[in-house]
Amino acid sequence: MTTSSARTSFDRREFLKASGILAIGFSMSGMVGSADAATLRAPKSVAKEAIDSWLTISPDNRVTIFCGKVDLGTGARTALTQLAADELDVAFERIEMVMGDTATTPDQWLTAGNLTIFQGGSELRRAAACARLALVDRAAQRLGVPANELTVEDGVVRVKASPTQSVRYGELIGDGLKLQVDQKVTLKKNTEYKVIGKSIPRVDIPAKVTAEFTYIHDFRLPDMLHARVIRSDHHGARVASVDDAAARQVNGFVQTVRKGDFVAVVARNEWAAVKAARAIRIDWTAGTGLPDQATVFETWRQRPVAKEEVTQNAGDAKAALDGSAKRVKATYDFAVQTHATIGPSCAVADFQDGKLTVWTSSQATHSMQHELAVITGLPREAIRLVFIEGAGCYGRNGTEDAAADAALIATLIGKPVRVQWSRADETARAPKSPPRTMDLEAGLDAQGNVVAWSGDFYIALNHIAAFKPLDFPLLAATETGIPRPGNWVGFLFQNTGQPYQFPNIRVNTRHIAEAFFRSSHLRSPGRIENSFANEGFMDELATAANADPAEFRLRYLKDPRAIDVLQAAMKLAGWQARPGPNPNAGSGPVVKGRGIAYLRYNNAITYVAAVAEVEVDKSSGEIRVTRVCASHDCGEMVNPDGVANQVEGGVLQTVSRTLLETVAWDRNMVKSVDWETYPIMRFPAAPKVEVALIDRPGTVAWGAGEPMACAIPAAIANAVFDATGARLRSVPFTPDKVKAALAGVQPQRG
Amino acid sequence: MSFKQLHNVTLREDRMASYNLKINGEARVVDADPDTPMLYVLRDNLALKGPKFGCGLAQCGACTIHVNGEAVRSCVLPIDEVKDRTVTTLEGLGTSAKPSKLQQAFIQEQAAQCGYCVNGMIMTSAALLAKNKSPSETEIRAALADNLCRCGTHQRIVAAVKRAAAA
Repeated sequence: MTTSSARTSFDRREFLKASGILAIGFSMSGMVGSADAATLRAPKSVAKEAIDSWLTISPDNRVTIFCGKVDLGTGARTALTQLAADELDVAFERIEMVMGDTATTPDQWLTAGNLTIFQGGSELRRAAACARLALVDRAAQRLGVPANELTVEDGVVRVKASPTQSVRYGELIGDGLKLQVDQKVTLKKNTEYKVIGKSIPRVDIPAKVTAEFTYIHDFRLPDMLHARVIRSDHHGARVASVDDAAARQVNGFVQTVRKGDFVAVVARNEWAAVKAARAIRIDWTAGTGLPDQATVFETWRQRPVAKEEVTQNAGDAKAALDGSAKRVKATYDFAVQTHATIGPSCAVADFQDGKLTVWTSSQATHSMQHELAVITGLPREAIRLVFIEGAGCYGRNGTEDAAADAALIATLIGKPVRVQWSRADETARAPKSPPRTMDLEAGLDAQGNVVAWSGDFYIALNHIAAFKPLDFPLLAATETGIPRPGNWVGFLFQNTGQPYQFPNIRVNTRHIAEAFFRSSHLRSPGRIENSFANEGFMDELATAANADPAEFRLRYLKDPRAIDVLQAAMKLAGWQARPGPNPNAGSGPVVKGRGIAYLRYNNAITYVAAVAEVEVDKSSGEIRVTRVCASHDCGEMVNPDGVANQVEGGVLQTVSRTLLETVAWDRNMVKSVDWETYPIMRFPAAPKVEVALIDRPGTVAWGAGEPMACAIPAAIANAVFDATGARLRSVPFTPDKVKAALAGVQPQRG
Repeated sequence: MSFKQLHNVTLREDRMASYNLKINGEARVVDADPDTPMLYVLRDNLALKGPKFGCGLAQCGACTIHVNGEAVRSCVLPIDEVKDRTVTTLEGLGTSAKPSKLQQAFIQEQAAQCGYCVNGMIMTSAALLAKNKSPSETEIRAALADNLCRCGTHQRIVAAVKRAAAA
């Protein structure tokens, strides 16, 4: 562990004080998110390899960065600005960040996969470093002094020996740098950082807490109309007939739009659109039906398999299992869940003079150009998407569908239109995480050592159509009869392999060709389910070996950073070594336990560990998570408080997913339509979260948005075992399943 | 309120009417259907951005405003029922240049991720603090029990309310 800045028992206030920059200007706040004027920036170079695609500098030395990654409410805008500031040698406050505008920002792939800092930030840093070098070269010519005799401070290049001799970036930039990004450019060393590594307060928060911030939901165009798309409750039903006579009676109604199975009402104000959507009568055909939820995991494993892939193979797992002294076997399930975004998806579109502009909070503006070209029939070049922040999406929720809805309506009516999804649209009709079931088996020798590990993971196929890897069956496409064979769901195989040094391992993945629902990535896709199974099962092996679960894990870890992160969580939690279950769980109806889990995201980047403490009410079956101690090593931290915020959020959101969340459906339709039918965690149930951040200055900066979530389901399951002696192997851990597990019967699935 | 109840409530006869409202200390005149929820009046007619649409069902709290100092759900409050009562939105509490004590506490605690729910968090907490100057953590959590946060910012939000109470 790096001693210089290793921190455990992280106190944010102390840290902000220590960083000495609490007072850093909120001068950006007026600018951040103030998109009311709807003025579009002039299109410019967006080629990734051109330095000029990444930034412009005004004569008065203000820098505008053009970033293809977007801020999904994670603080990415602030962290990416920090990276640019240090590479450019420009003050943080002098930088404005444009994100996700397809006409002005390079395509940096989706804002997803825990890649914003690691991949997106690295690309931005290289471009900024190259820009700085080029500007210093120009300054050397202008000042007649060799570049190595110059220094840069806040965008002003000075002669070291004669500081009054200086020139500003703004005087040097001219009409751009006209140079390519050198992918091997030397980046700033951590010892040279001024703002990287500091907890710079987020630039968006002052505007957000004072209603000055413009979310996509707040964005308005002159003469903008409001639309609602009407969709069937029944899965797969099609439009038989439409009668909008009642909708026409609504004050403010403008028109009905229909193309195939796509039906929308358009009105002059939003309330009129809501009322018209309720008043319109649509007769639907019978739907295509859904499988019985009670047996969803059995059904899932019986569905056609598109392919199988072995993700980890060492030694001979089968032979070692056969020869082992003790065999342990278990099946784990993870429910279908949904993003449950607080602000239902929204988008605004305008179609004028053959050009379509869509304002959207999409995490995928660049790939959506292609999707919208398919849906609208317009050439890709005629379509521009402009990112404006929305409510947190945690993956692909309804945002891209709403953008397609707005785009289609705008092209059909030729007027600016805003589409706001309803609560039911978002909860029931947005894509879902696919169901998951996982079989694990292991063998131990007579001394309790693991000699074999075998896993079989039933995962949804990441259906990649030829040459269009990000294709997605958007509702507006399907409803207008446009076949979309691809269905991007992300890399669900990640973390099927486990991180422990066992002599014989075989992990297989079975890729289910078709899910029941449109499937998409939901925070930590695949990794959260896989880690639940792997870390829950690892705990079962510790029990089989009569070992302390933390020490048992440490036995099989060789990577020093893995060991550090696990020990950091143990230290924070005051972990006492002993095998489970807890001998002092309590004798009353409420028993207490603790559980631990560890993983490395993708078995390649960020390391995390968590200790969960729980109270289980044996009579009601209710679990209360009282405290979570989370440790986190994402390498070099760009903004430690930003990391802490993401880690806390990852813990708290996942406590909700683990205890409460499952999409409900019957044989015809999704029954989760609001917060009563898809409940999430409320304030009284939120556990205390303590965070230990391990900083590794000078190492690669990995992501912090997704990894922590993956440790939480198993940490809670393991804590419940510690408290009760009963294993929970099916997320969510509802009171019914807890009571069934306590009764020693096979848990109810679904 | 269930979806169906709301559905029935809102399908009254349309009669555009003129309303004199008191919003954030200013007199405003609005023409709207009597059944129009205040959420849409504030957002569409008056271009305010504080109250947010979250569910339209009074389940999540994103649309919270103050009416005569009480925290209420503007998504199910028809304009016709507001009459001459005083309405305050998040805009009425402070600005980024001059934030209220509570808003300042949210900034200091960095108590937001996406921040979409934060309107409801601040409006509900402000109403709490107006009645209870030094609420316990349990009281704060209970007051916010019907305000949903999806990003998992609960701990920082509670810390911000505590900080504001102590300031």
